[in-house]
Amino acid sequence: MADEMIVKELDDVVVRFSGDSGDGMQLAGNMFSNISATVGNDISTFPDYPADIRAPQGTLTGVSGFQVHIGSGKVYTPGDKCDVLVAMNPAALKTQYKYCKPQSVIIIDSDSFTKKDLEKAKFTLENPFSELGIKNEVIEASITTMCKESLKDSGLDAKSIGRTKNMFALGLVCWLFHRDIAVGEKLLREKFAKKPAIADANVKVLYDGYHFGANTHASVSMSYRVPSKEQKEKGKYMDINGNKATAYGLMAAAEKAGLQLYLGSYPITPATDILHELAKHKSLGVKTVQCEDEIAGCSSAVGAAFAGALAVTSTSGPGICLKSEAMNLAVIAELPLVVIDVQRGGPSTGLPTKSEQTDLLQSLYGRNGESPMPVVAATSPTDCFDAAYMACKVALEHMTPVVLLTDAYIANGSAAWRLPQLEQYPAICPPYVTPDMAAGWTPFQRNPENQVRYWAVPGTEGFMHRIGGLEKSNETGAISTEPENHHLMTQLRAEKVERIADSLPALEVEGDSDADLLIVGFGGTYGHLHSAMDTLRAQGRKVALAHLRWINPLPKNTAEVLRKYPKVVVAEQNMGQLAGYLRMKVEGVCLHQFNQVKGQPFVVQELVDAFTKIIEE
Amino acid sequence: MSETKYTAADYKAGQPRWCPGCGDHAFLNSFHKALAELGVAPHDIAVISGIGCSSRLPYYMNTYGMHTIHGRAAAIATGAKVANPNLTIWQISGDGDGLAIGGNHFIHCIRRNVDINIVLLNNRIYGLTKGQYSPTSARGFVSKSSPYGTVEDPFRPAELCFGARGRFFARCVAVDGGPSVEVLKAAARHKGTSVIEVLQNCVIFNDGTHNMVAKKEDREKNAIYLEHGRPMLFGPNKEFGLMQEGFGLKVVKLGENGVTEQDILVHDAHCEDATLHLKLALMEGPDFPIALGVIRDVEAPTYDESVEAQIADVAAKKKYHNFAELLATNDTWEVK
Repeated sequence: MADEMIVKELDDVVVRFSGDSGDGMQLAGNMFSNISATVGNDISTFPDYPADIRAPQGTLTGVSGFQVHIGSGKVYTPGDKCDVLVAMNPAALKTQYKYCKPQSVIIIDSDSFTKKDLEKAKFTLENPFSELGIKNEVIEASITTMCKESLKDSGLDAKSIGRTKNMFALGLVCWLFHRDIAVGEKLLREKFAKKPAIADANVKVLYDGYHFGANTHASVSMSYRVPSKEQKEKGKYMDINGNKATAYGLMAAAEKAGLQLYLGSYPITPATDILHELAKHKSLGVKTVQCEDEIAGCSSAVGAAFAGALAVTSTSGPGICLKSEAMNLAVIAELPLVVIDVQRGGPSTGLPTKSEQTDLLQSLYGRNGESPMPVVAATSPTDCFDAAYMACKVALEHMTPVVLLTDAYIANGSAAWRLPQLEQYPAICPPYVTPDMAAGWTPFQRNPENQVRYWAVPGTEGFMHRIGGLEKSNETGAISTEPENHHLMTQLRAEKVERIADSLPALEVEGDSDADLLIVGFGGTYGHLHSAMDTLRAQGRKVALAHLRWINPLPKNTAEVLRKYPKVVVAEQNMGQLAGYLRMKVEGVCLHQFNQVKGQPFVVQELVDAFTKIIEE
Repeated sequence: MSETKYTAADYKAGQPRWCPGCGDHAFLNSFHKALAELGVAPHDIAVISGIGCSSRLPYYMNTYGMHTIHGRAAAIATGAKVANPNLTIWQISGDGDGLAIGGNHFIHCIRRNVDINIVLLNNRIYGLTKGQYSPTSARGFVSKSSPYGTVEDPFRPAELCFGARGRFFARCVAVDGGPSVEVLKAAARHKGTSVIEVLQNCVIFNDGTHNMVAKKEDREKNAIYLEHGRPMLFGPNKEFGLMQEGFGLKVVKLGENGVTEQDILVHDAHCEDATLHLKLALMEGPDFPIALGVIRDVEAPTYDESVEAQIADVAAKKKYHNFAELLATNDTWEVK
């Protein structure tokens, strides 16, 4: 029967799983992503959690979503809108319908659309589809009933049976896209290796969902294939989110530098998963201290740096404000420190689970005094690994605190990641003092090539010294309030950071070399800006993209790039922080701006519309 | 005095810039002496301070040192000790630095029992900012920021320490050299957070705050030197003693009302229960003598050792020990 069905081939497809917080939508979405990646599709995913820990069941605030974008070629974002929406209850349908395209297929669990369920989701009419004006194809499956029936002899309690509904939905989606269901079974058996009864039940229901689709054709007009067209680089891959990639980057850097990794942190959404991840890996010698507050998180890291570790502190939102004083101590004491800021919606507590790029200027300038600090921004979930690694390398080799900016979107979003070969990463060589330097050595003796001072780690004989938050003499290392010395030290600290640019790659420009419009962005918006560029070019526009990873110092060719194109637009998820910074750094440059602060990732279509307008102006 | 290869001069650096007559000078001398007697190599010592007059101390030490930011010394010292447990770490703080702006770090360092020595130089005043009341100033204290007297009660450092489950608390008077050296040595030998409250005079802004115990003859009358295993006797001729009475303590005179030395409490610094230690630490004149010496000294697992032990334990159980092995623990797929 299935053979008679029309099978449509697609380049890419977006599936959004949504349901109650307890419905297991994150797991279903993740598994669909992994099953697709296994056959060679590129993937990009984004979880959309509710702000409440456990909102009342079935209510609008309790809806949890997980969007998966799979493609036969490269995919850069989790997608603006979905081709398939799984809505496990009326609340999910109501809140998630806005993410549907006109031709989207909607899958619902018809058992959870009773009058009571509709009331909880504040529907007023009996038919929620007409109330929302939905004209899409809808697959109505009585998922709850079928799971109960299927598992009635399993010996599991009603609650455990109820929890398998997500696998029925996943099975159905796998049928719709001709995915290999055996891969799903393998993932489930691994996940529930210690609970074989639960594994059996989930596997059974997964196949039930698949067979339900095959047997009934799920009353849809066609099913789909997303073949793997573009040969991905050979090697082993895994699915990784930004926070985990960040943690991995830190561990890789510590191993490469031959140093102990120390993380001083305080729980804060959405940065906490970095602490969780690192806390697991004691067998690599990682030391994590969950401190009494954000201040102690950063302060203890400064202490660890003084004592000779690769010291890191991680935070988000208001946490970065609290750390600024201790960050400044690392600036004046010239100690290596990595400060990770997983940006979220602000100001104040703001939107803790949502994403923004609003801490850029705070990272660059949010401290008292002249306080130059390198700032690097990761561009995607997988780039968090490289960005974290490079932040560590720069901190250790240039004896400076470094801010690593990520954001809630790339921290929680995930993508396929080719496992790195550590031997292919650059060496990390901190500027340690050597015994021959002992005679006449002073704490702020510098390497004239990059103005970096040398690192004398406590415990080293012959290099006892005192550093601290008071200005010191560049000559002797003693406290100094001498006017010329302070001016000199201020310049030296700035020059030290500027010199980092000597070893940074040039700012790369993608797209048309004769572009009418250059798009400029930084950090986690790379995927959306790249997709917008691709869309515009497909429409025949001449467009280029220059995406910044290092913001301080800027790549040396930044001014040259910005001046090369007739029009430049800086697109960022704040009110113009990068644009303002670039205007200050690159004199006379004329920049258009696209600014959006909604807590959500950019929408590619909105970018395309805005950029088109700028081109046509 | 034990023989080591070091002398006090080996730990000295720079020229102290405290006011003439400041109690910090005397304390610094005792500190140099204690370190020489302990014999830890200067390059294995890190002296970490916050901000305030006393926090200048690291500059006068020929060791590794860090003069950090206001209140954060305990947190910074915690990171340094956890990262490098081989270091002997001394934290130097004043009452403002340690108990006001740094109060949170102070209690949590003690709670974790990080193996560092916290020297709390208590002069009950903000000196460096020129004379404001501190969290240890008595209610009603008149200062530049409390011209009509404060309307708040002070912290008593021992109460905070014991409230945070402190395992070592000692007290000395800055100008009382010999006992200060002994207290510092005992603190260094204690594994875990040691808190040493140093009663220190600010000759400019709070002169005489510790008058009860400022001079030798005052201390004979108004202080009691506690020693583990010894009866709690004090007075110029050791004619007074402490006895337990109900839930509290009382001062008795030997020979009066049939009281003999047998009736006097014997100090047990190692007792797990801190109830009596607290009673002793909170004694105030004129009715009670001020307790000096090691009041509490109880062994417990230290934070830094526990961190190391847990790493060793987990490393022995897990099958991955480097980054490549960690990567291999993930679910992967291969593109051929």
